[in-house]
Amino acid sequence: MSEEIILDIKNLQTVFRDEDSEVRAVDGVSFSLPKGKTLGVVGESGSGKSVTALSILRLIDHPGKVEGGEINFKGKDLTKISDKEMRSIRGNQISMIFQEPMTSLNPVYTIGQQIRETLKVHQGLGKQSGNEKSVELLKLVGIPSPEDRIKQYPHELSGGMRQRVMIAIALACNPELLIADEPTTALDVTIQAQILELINRLQDEMGMSVIMITHDMGVVAETCDYVAVMYGGKVVEYADVKTLFKDPKHPYTVGLLNSIPRHDIDVDELEPIRGSVPSPKDMPKGCRFASRCPFATDLCVEELPSLDEIEDGNEVRCWIYSDRWDGDPEVKEHGPKRTS
Amino acid sequence: MFKFVVRRLFQLIPVLLGVSILVFAMMHLTPGNPAKILAGQGASAEAVANMEEEMGLNDPIIVQYGNFLYDAVTLNFGTSWKSGLEVSKEIGPKFVVTVELALYSTMLSLFIGLIAGIVSAVRKYTLLDVSIMIIALFGLSMPNFWLGIMLMQWFSIQLGWLPATGWGTPEQIILPVITLGTAGAAVVARMTRSSMLDVISQDYIRTARAKGLKEGIVIYRHALKNALIPVVTVVGLQFGLLLSGAVLTETVFAINGIGGLIVDRINARDFPVVQASVLVMAVVFVFVNLLVDLTYKFLNKRIDLD
Amino acid sequence: MAQKELLKVKNLKQYFPIKGGFFGRTVNHVKAVDDVSFEIKEGETLSLVGESGCGKSTTGRAILRLDDPTEGTIEFNGEDLLALNKKEMRNRRKDIQVIFQDPYASLNPRQSVYQILAEAMEIQNVVPKQKRRERAIELLETVGLNGDQVDRYPHEFSGGQRQRIGIARALAVEPKLIICDEAVSALDVSVQAQVLNLLKKLQREFNLTFLFIAHDLGVVRHISDRIIVMYLGKVVEIADKKTLFENPQHPYTKALLSAIPTPDPEVKKERIVLEGDVPSPINPPSGCRFHTRCPFATEVCAEKVPELKNHGFMEEGHRAACHHVDEIASGELGPKY
Repeated sequence: MSEEIILDIKNLQTVFRDEDSEVRAVDGVSFSLPKGKTLGVVGESGSGKSVTALSILRLIDHPGKVEGGEINFKGKDLTKISDKEMRSIRGNQISMIFQEPMTSLNPVYTIGQQIRETLKVHQGLGKQSGNEKSVELLKLVGIPSPEDRIKQYPHELSGGMRQRVMIAIALACNPELLIADEPTTALDVTIQAQILELINRLQDEMGMSVIMITHDMGVVAETCDYVAVMYGGKVVEYADVKTLFKDPKHPYTVGLLNSIPRHDIDVDELEPIRGSVPSPKDMPKGCRFASRCPFATDLCVEELPSLDEIEDGNEVRCWIYSDRWDGDPEVKEHGPKRTS
Repeated sequence: MFKFVVRRLFQLIPVLLGVSILVFAMMHLTPGNPAKILAGQGASAEAVANMEEEMGLNDPIIVQYGNFLYDAVTLNFGTSWKSGLEVSKEIGPKFVVTVELALYSTMLSLFIGLIAGIVSAVRKYTLLDVSIMIIALFGLSMPNFWLGIMLMQWFSIQLGWLPATGWGTPEQIILPVITLGTAGAAVVARMTRSSMLDVISQDYIRTARAKGLKEGIVIYRHALKNALIPVVTVVGLQFGLLLSGAVLTETVFAINGIGGLIVDRINARDFPVVQASVLVMAVVFVFVNLLVDLTYKFLNKRIDLD
Repeated sequence: MAQKELLKVKNLKQYFPIKGGFFGRTVNHVKAVDDVSFEIKEGETLSLVGESGCGKSTTGRAILRLDDPTEGTIEFNGEDLLALNKKEMRNRRKDIQVIFQDPYASLNPRQSVYQILAEAMEIQNVVPKQKRRERAIELLETVGLNGDQVDRYPHEFSGGQRQRIGIARALAVEPKLIICDEAVSALDVSVQAQVLNLLKKLQREFNLTFLFIAHDLGVVRHISDRIIVMYLGKVVEIADKKTLFENPQHPYTKALLSAIPTPDPEVKKERIVLEGDVPSPINPPSGCRFHTRCPFATEVCAEKVPELKNHGFMEEGHRAACHHVDEIASGELGPKY
């Protein structure tokens, strides 16, 4: 890959500790994002995808803590810089939008006040110029009659409109990286379509890079260039979006794709992944997915595979692709299969 | 907003009517003949009967209530049966004293309670937080007359720094206000802490941090304003309680407040003074609640007053 | 197949009053469900789909009589449920069970699985006391859990397993109809697929009838025989699964289907992105409720409520409530945006 890398995460460790337990929510996550592209981070609940996102901005609440690894953003390691420097990046060079538009805006301030606040901290804009810029931003995200909207409070807006406001706040300072944490999960599907279209359009216009955190493979397929699939706090597969859907390598990715009830084609019987996600307090020592994997061997149970590049730029964390694996030769030859 | 205030003022009418009926009924249903008490020990039956006639006690009860109501509406509460003074002159100064006492105490509660609560919430589960909460628990569980006596013991009698009794000079104000405000401060501190903790875990606080705001601004601008709403409710109620509950503190510090007056006049069956005092307290209480509601609206525009 | 109609909902209206003003008068109504009719045949799965506020869950609640409907009739097995008194309705609950979205909230955390299941059996008195334990174990195995987990408590199970317990509880009283209100929405995809497969298996085994309420059209396509699309309290389209997904006629259904992201990056499809938000059900738009967002809307749409009907050229049993179905199908009327 010859593209410029804007974000490069190496071996990130985010741990939540209390007196008697530790949860390694993010356990050695590594991935990189080329400039101007969209990276999808997918996984089910407990996979560590949201914690990864919050770790990038150092927004992990007590008792969580980033305990290791590097987050290189334009050559600067975000885990090493001062709080002050981090604040100057948040909302400015890296912005974030969240899953719940209904609760992500402060109910006691107007839309205008909340947009102006960002403009004031990072660009020193006063009330007058802040207001003008706010109106401009609301127009950009497709909110009708923005002059009136800036005087309104969040509760006067619908969920879709609030998410647009969140996007407007995020875009206020032309960020180079936008982290969208399940931005459409709480929205109805017709509104989701509007918001995804908006993010895509703005990305094209502004040349931002985007990290799209989601559990919805449909959203990934439609918005992302690259995908990191997470399971049990680790990236299990990283690939460009076409390869991932056409030729998934990790048995978990395959299982995930086989489990989706499709709206566009008929599937007689879904092929679910058996069992459920292991408890984060009690992760298996070998491959995190071994207990649910139809191909697991003793090696998989005993030893954790590493994330290795198997073809250009595409990585997978699975023993099947190593010489040491001695499971089903059929699977070894052709890999796990998608059913549809 | 204006419409709301007007409507609330209209709603005052039934509330006050209710209060007037209650207080009137209670006074007239409690045993003890005011005429007899007024006429003094050993007064002749005839004298008592004359007295009753003069005081209008022989009129049908409805007429008596009607008279009382008419007087109240015209703000003429008549004269005290006991002292013979005009009721408004009798309760006015004492009422001012009690309101002052309650007001200063509430302000103290709010000031100390808010600071303690915020610090506690921001430093949750630290030694500081635990200490504050233990102190608050003490403050809450101490009977205030006992606290008053203890304060008096230390600061007036042993150290001689502050006067033990009376009301008016700044020195005189300090001890009673601490006595009356401590429990309130504890309540406000606990309320502020739990409310702040609740708010700090909200999504919009994360949004505020993600904007790159300083932690201080996140706490004071984004969290506090939201956290204040339940606190304001408590403070409003607290003020009402202090108005009526100040009597013990007044007694301890020999303050001439309305609490003492009411107790005294209930015993003397001095209907005009008791009725007028209770009515005035009710009015103040209703106004404080109105103020609380308006503060809600100020704090959170989402609250629909209508 | 001439199947028997198990449930027949006719002209169902559910208006919730909005209190306000001086004395808490009713100042307005939320018209959550406004004149909805449909029937479910024995052994089939009928799905109600639509976005939030369309009235799909309210319809389910009305059938269970969790709310008393404002108007209409609900016939179950030929008997009008709305005419029953409380006691009779309680008995009828044996036949109509519900599985809710949140497996965490709908199980009592202080009851063991056995107690949860035995309580259901006891209320409806379907299994004699001494056989209940045996039956509970059998039920657990039916829903794919281990029989020896019968004395555990809900918190010892994962989300998917809890939903299985919810299903076992519903099955405990041998119901005829199960209403699944967003029953798999809270589950992760890999687990959701397990539960969907289970529901299908149980339906075959016990000849169950499902009323499936969901917003995920992928799930709906997988599980349903017939589908009803609702918008703002009204039915806009009803058809069998194949017809609805492959040949939708109502502009809203088309937009809804096109809005779903397809999990395949190679498929590039025409997307109809609707403008605006769903209006409030308090003062729903006049005429066709969708006219404010519809790319095809004309004057008549704002004036006249369209009738839900088969427009001749459509498959049997396929009905849509749109004035312009024919013109849109023939291409005479094009979209405005």
